[in-house]
Amino acid sequence: MLKSRHLLGIADLEPDEITLILDTAEAMTEIAARPIKKVPTLRGRTVVNLFFEPSTRTRMSFEVAEKRLSADTLSIAVAQSSVTKGETLLDTVRNLEAMAPDMIVMRHASSGAPHLLARLCRSAIINAGDGMHEHPTQALLDAFTIREHKKRLDGLKVAIVGDLLHSRVLRSNVLLLNRMGAEVWACAPPTLMPTELSRFGVRPTTSIDEAIADADVIMMLRIQHERMCGHFIPSTREYFTLFGLTPERVRRAKPDVIIMHPGPMNRGVEIDSDVADGPFSVILEQVTNGVAVRMAVLYLLAGQEAATD
Amino acid sequence: MKLLVKGGRVVDPANGRDGEFDVLIEDGRIARIGKSLPADGGEVLAVQPGWIVAPGLIDIHVHLREPGQEHKETIATGVAAAVAGGFTAVACMPNTDPVNDHPGVTELILRKAADANLARVYPIGAVSMSSRGEQMSELAAQKAAGCVAFTDDGRPVASALLMRRALEYAGMLGVPIVDHCEDPSLKGDGVAHEGFYAARLGLRGIPGVAESIMVERDIALAALTGGLYHVCHMSARESIRAVRAAKARGLTNVTCEVAPHHFVMTDEALETPIRYDTNVKMNPPLRDAADRDAMLEGIADGTVDVIATDHAPHHADEKLVEFDRAPFGIVGLETCVPLVFDRLVHAGRIGVSRAIELLSTAPARVFRLPGGSLADGAIADITILAPDAPVTIRASALRSKSKNTPFDGWQLKGAVVMTIVGGRIVYRNDL
Amino acid sequence: MPQVMDADRMSRALTRIAHEILERNRGTADLALVGIRTRGVPLARRLSHLLRDINHEEVPTGALDITLYRDDLMRHAVGPQPVVRRTEVPFSIDDRRILLVDDVLYTGRTIRSALDALIDFGRPRSIQLIVLVDRGHRELPIKADYVGKNLPTSLKQSVQVRLQEIDGEDEVLLDDPAPGQGA
Repeated sequence: MLKSRHLLGIADLEPDEITLILDTAEAMTEIAARPIKKVPTLRGRTVVNLFFEPSTRTRMSFEVAEKRLSADTLSIAVAQSSVTKGETLLDTVRNLEAMAPDMIVMRHASSGAPHLLARLCRSAIINAGDGMHEHPTQALLDAFTIREHKKRLDGLKVAIVGDLLHSRVLRSNVLLLNRMGAEVWACAPPTLMPTELSRFGVRPTTSIDEAIADADVIMMLRIQHERMCGHFIPSTREYFTLFGLTPERVRRAKPDVIIMHPGPMNRGVEIDSDVADGPFSVILEQVTNGVAVRMAVLYLLAGQEAATD
Repeated sequence: MKLLVKGGRVVDPANGRDGEFDVLIEDGRIARIGKSLPADGGEVLAVQPGWIVAPGLIDIHVHLREPGQEHKETIATGVAAAVAGGFTAVACMPNTDPVNDHPGVTELILRKAADANLARVYPIGAVSMSSRGEQMSELAAQKAAGCVAFTDDGRPVASALLMRRALEYAGMLGVPIVDHCEDPSLKGDGVAHEGFYAARLGLRGIPGVAESIMVERDIALAALTGGLYHVCHMSARESIRAVRAAKARGLTNVTCEVAPHHFVMTDEALETPIRYDTNVKMNPPLRDAADRDAMLEGIADGTVDVIATDHAPHHADEKLVEFDRAPFGIVGLETCVPLVFDRLVHAGRIGVSRAIELLSTAPARVFRLPGGSLADGAIADITILAPDAPVTIRASALRSKSKNTPFDGWQLKGAVVMTIVGGRIVYRNDL
Repeated sequence: MPQVMDADRMSRALTRIAHEILERNRGTADLALVGIRTRGVPLARRLSHLLRDINHEEVPTGALDITLYRDDLMRHAVGPQPVVRRTEVPFSIDDRRILLVDDVLYTGRTIRSALDALIDFGRPRSIQLIVLVDRGHRELPIKADYVGKNLPTSLKQSVQVRLQEIDGEDEVLLDDPAPGQGA
């Protein structure tokens, strides 16, 4: 059973809850293989996908997951400008709640936005990404993918390379992998490392070769082109030279290494096309697994919602 | 009109006094201080033994928000909050709307303060027009209208050249320049102290050096020009170090202040008890334990001259948003005395005399204000304090129009009993 | 707790059912066994082996998890969400004669969920129901085609089937709470 009625972040999940979600997701994967990819579990429930930041992949993944559970889904893409026109986040959500949704899946550009809502609103909140803070379902589907290939999480060496400073995927993954006993190496130029990174339970390094050596899993994070303003990196070309994942570099990892990326990828910036499309890449599997993991989360939280009625 | 404040421990560092004395007030001024004074036909105010009779407390960093932002606070509600907090005078910041860069605004503020007739209000004028940092405002005209100092607070004086000229020019007028020290490029779009907690919570950080870099620059300019320079709301250990070194070098024209939240709280408050609590968002931000300890050290060793609250009221609607979007600032007038007494005096870090120095003697000296002392003939601004009285901070009971404080529910020791301005009782607490 | 069936009687009941299946269905053509998790699954496997022993033909066997089809999900006042396990039906059910297997038939709601699930998988030619124990108290018009033992019970009693594969031994127990205890 999940202890909270929300999923705000991996920070709030115990290892046994993480295992429960992954085990439930495992059962959900079979539904995608059926001719009728639907079960009636959330029939009559309304789930609202409230996306304040543009997203195709995550939103679609949640929509598919909700529909496979027979829930009624409503996706709202809120352009930043309509928020700056005056309606506060709280008012937007309270208006929505007046129409009685059962759960709200939210992505927002501000860290802590779902926490504000969980404190002050009635609905169960699933965090689909808040600012630079957390993206719990991404970390869960990443863990699921790793577990599918490696049969375990503890004791694995996982290298995460990219813009660590601005990444919510990093923060969620570090929390989860640490909690489940994996050894995490985090690699980036110093300009893109969060303060006191070693206190997060990772081994920080500016050397991709050191991070990748004998790694079981390599996770590449996006470098946004905007990072050249703000003087984080001089150019994407130099970034690729120092930190890009090339086929040569992949050879330093374990022979059965898996390559992951939360997407969307910048080919030639953080990852070479040959690697992204190569035999070690599980990037597309991550997407498939995303649906099953989100189905598991929706299922486990929907039960909570009813319990508190 | 005569008033005799009888009994009570008179603590007046300016005149080296700390002991049981009576204070006789006549026509708004201190007539005499001595032992067993006769009432002489006046009203007798019997003060309990152990209570402190101090020169009126003065808060030299307060945002009264009027003109232009009266939904957050007005001068009337602000001075009511001030006297409830034990302050007989406040100096108010110019980042109103319009900015106080013109005698017209200064006069409006003084008129509103006179109408409210509670605490004295000393306007601080803007260094530059609209505080944009481009064109110096008419400092002499503003001084004549009543301004006691100049700042672009809310913003730093970013241009070193403007800072230099302002120090020189204001120095001629004998008026200090107050700087909100912050390098804009290092601050960027930061919202919290650049440290472990902001990193964990995914909040953009503001490093301590963003503040200290400018403190060091300003100290160099103060040394160069000989102008009067005051650093407001210090938060970083590097800033304390810079001021300490400046004073050690013999620079007497450099002074500084610290707000209570910077010596009481740390950036851990971003996460506990409430994650992303916007009542913990202010600029400069709460920093780490080492910075907080540096503030305490500076207060104890005399590096810090003044405690000023940086009272920054914001309407509840404005704070009930995502952390990134919330405005910076918390109210402070009514929480200052309990925090100072509980966390400094009762904690054994400073004595009562030093506390009064920080809250009254020094503010008056730095801004050359009347008050801050109980000499014969001085204005009868007096604050009576009960240092051992228990206080529970209740945000809903604050007299300020806004209730944005992180101290709601805190149980502290140290209460204001009475506030007297010009011999008139303007606030009384029935303990 | 009093034992109402021992390992021996269970074995003979299953053997008898296997023969009944063959008799009624005139052989094993198009038959498939689907056990309802959890204990219907080992029972289905045992029947599959028995049918193979008697008829020398393999009857495909699958496992069905009906948790996501339950009509009482999200209605509990308290209690954790039931654990979902994998469904494994590695064959097409279209035009097959499905033999649904469960350990205890009680209100009939589990079977209703199983029927819904099966119909999502395809269009079977027919569905027959096999249960080890029928304890009565149906709330829906559901009837078993093959019954190991009819066991009249009161609502206060509970029936527990224990299987070698899961519980370490074969037996059926009837729990009769002492007077004053709840159900």
